[in-house]
Amino acid sequence: MQVTSPVRDPLVTGGKTLHDITNDVCRQVEGKPTLPWMGGMAIALGALSIGAYALVMTLWDGIGMWGLNKTVGWAWDITNFVWWVGIGHAGTLISAVLLLFRQKWRTSINRAAEAMTIFAVICAAMFPVIHMGRPWLGFYWALPLPNAFGPLWVNFNSPLLWDVFAISTYFSVSLVFWYIGLVPDFATIRDRATNKISKIAYGALSLGWVGGAKAWERYEAVSLILAGVATPLVLSVHTIVSFDFATSVIPGWHTTIFPPYFVAGAIFSGFAMVLTLMLITRHVFKLKNYITMTHIELMNIIIIITGSIVGIAYITEFFIAWYSGVPYEQYAFINRATGPYWWAYWSMMTCNVISPQLFWIKKIRTSIVATFILSIIVNIGMWFERFVIIVTSLHRDYLPSSWAMFYPTFYDIGVYLFTFGLFFTLFLAFAKFFPVINMAEVKSILRSSSEKQPIRR
Amino acid sequence: MESGKNYILGIFDDEDILLKGVKSVREAGVKIEEVFTPYPVHGLEHALGYKRSKLPVVAFLFGLLGTTLALTMQFFMMKIDWPMIIGGKDFAPLPTFIPVTFELTVLLASFGMVGTFFVISNLKPWAQPKVFDVRSTDDKMVMAVDLSTNKTDLSKIKEVLKGAGAIEVNEKSF
Repeated sequence: MQVTSPVRDPLVTGGKTLHDITNDVCRQVEGKPTLPWMGGMAIALGALSIGAYALVMTLWDGIGMWGLNKTVGWAWDITNFVWWVGIGHAGTLISAVLLLFRQKWRTSINRAAEAMTIFAVICAAMFPVIHMGRPWLGFYWALPLPNAFGPLWVNFNSPLLWDVFAISTYFSVSLVFWYIGLVPDFATIRDRATNKISKIAYGALSLGWVGGAKAWERYEAVSLILAGVATPLVLSVHTIVSFDFATSVIPGWHTTIFPPYFVAGAIFSGFAMVLTLMLITRHVFKLKNYITMTHIELMNIIIIITGSIVGIAYITEFFIAWYSGVPYEQYAFINRATGPYWWAYWSMMTCNVISPQLFWIKKIRTSIVATFILSIIVNIGMWFERFVIIVTSLHRDYLPSSWAMFYPTFYDIGVYLFTFGLFFTLFLAFAKFFPVINMAEVKSILRSSSEKQPIRR
Repeated sequence: MESGKNYILGIFDDEDILLKGVKSVREAGVKIEEVFTPYPVHGLEHALGYKRSKLPVVAFLFGLLGTTLALTMQFFMMKIDWPMIIGGKDFAPLPTFIPVTFELTVLLASFGMVGTFFVISNLKPWAQPKVFDVRSTDDKMVMAVDLSTNKTDLSKIKEVLKGAGAIEVNEKSF
């Protein structure tokens, strides 16, 4: 049944028909790779190769290659881990939470955002594995497997172990959610395929989907329940990541505000990354009619909200440090703002608290260039947030005799670069071989989004 | 009639007409085999008289299995098989078992439900689906009527489909 809104802007512009949607989305998959795509892939693979050298050297010689010392035992590795996991969260948020809230604008961006989630979680999961030093033994350290240590099991009291379960569950459930959504679109590509290889490949990927009414009914039931379980899952994952810090006794980490504050930060950085990627994708793949200004503006509004929550969390942390009357806690926060890492702290404050407030201005909120720049600034700021929490709390703790500074080596930077290369290689491969927009779902909202959308048959 | 099943296909291009069409076709006494659509058309399953999917129940049961497994595993490992006091905590403190229990509940519920969905819907990589009309994954809705399960004669069915608003009526045999 057609239910149109006279006030909302259309979610798909340009008077598209159902057939136009198929053509526009499949064009990329069926056509030859474009020049910008090949350029992007070359850069991504370049970063991947340079990074791979740093990674291999780290594995070969051990994590002594990094700039860690006895005081700062976690630095870029865990900063990058938390940062990448945070980025991953927006994908599930868009596909699960917005599905539960019946937000139809999610349909054009959910596919790419979920892909981003999966690739970001792969990058994130690499860091805890590498920082073990001897990851090939990690199976026995991290998973409850019968092992050579006798019947000595992993410690279920440890947040680090909860992380193992949280991240692996999050990754596998997100992967399944993403794949279920892809199945009908693979069937579309299979039915349009003209050459044998794509017929076989997309035939296998589509699992024999033909779009019967019964299958659609089940598909919708499955999507809704997956969204229902994925929503608390997202919250649990970043809450558990924050427990890695919050359950310890390090000043600056031991705070109850961490779970909600980390979750808000994750959504904040995740949406920023979605914007960065989608703005490029819509430009390169000519998808301006599907990812419209309405979409961009709505995402910017989410950035204002979560950015403000993060800002309040920073101020609350400071207040509670003072109010607790614990001198170590008070020192940790004064040291963050005025100590040797003041520049990191103030970069974080500028990027995360001040810059998103610019989106209150409609002109900035609806400007592509401003959105793109600010989305990158937010991501830089969120990296600094994790760096500040981890390094500034560790480098000066209870014992002044062990105070130290952290300086990254080439290998710290290289492994980070490796994950960037990996992320963009995977994302570009996805964008070329998979439909970046969920055709089936966009088709289902085509007529119900607005009266302003002209209907052509 | 040649060997194999023969189908009459009614092609629709509008979901509202399709929904009304399904009703009128069923009222005319024609049994619809299945309707294929490029996107989920809400209300179609009611119009076709399908029962609600029991997948939510399956998900719940698998979730329950996950909870049980996780709690049993943790209590067995931490309290029975190798009890150790860690950080002054009890051998088996329930609150610290909650995160892992929650994750395994979600994991088993999702995988169990999706696995069941694949099995009951016959979705598998080596499946050779019957594609009635390739446009059903693009922009057309296809109503398939199986001749072998219908007593009504061919020309009558075609008339009914036309009357229901089909823009084309085709025949297809497998």
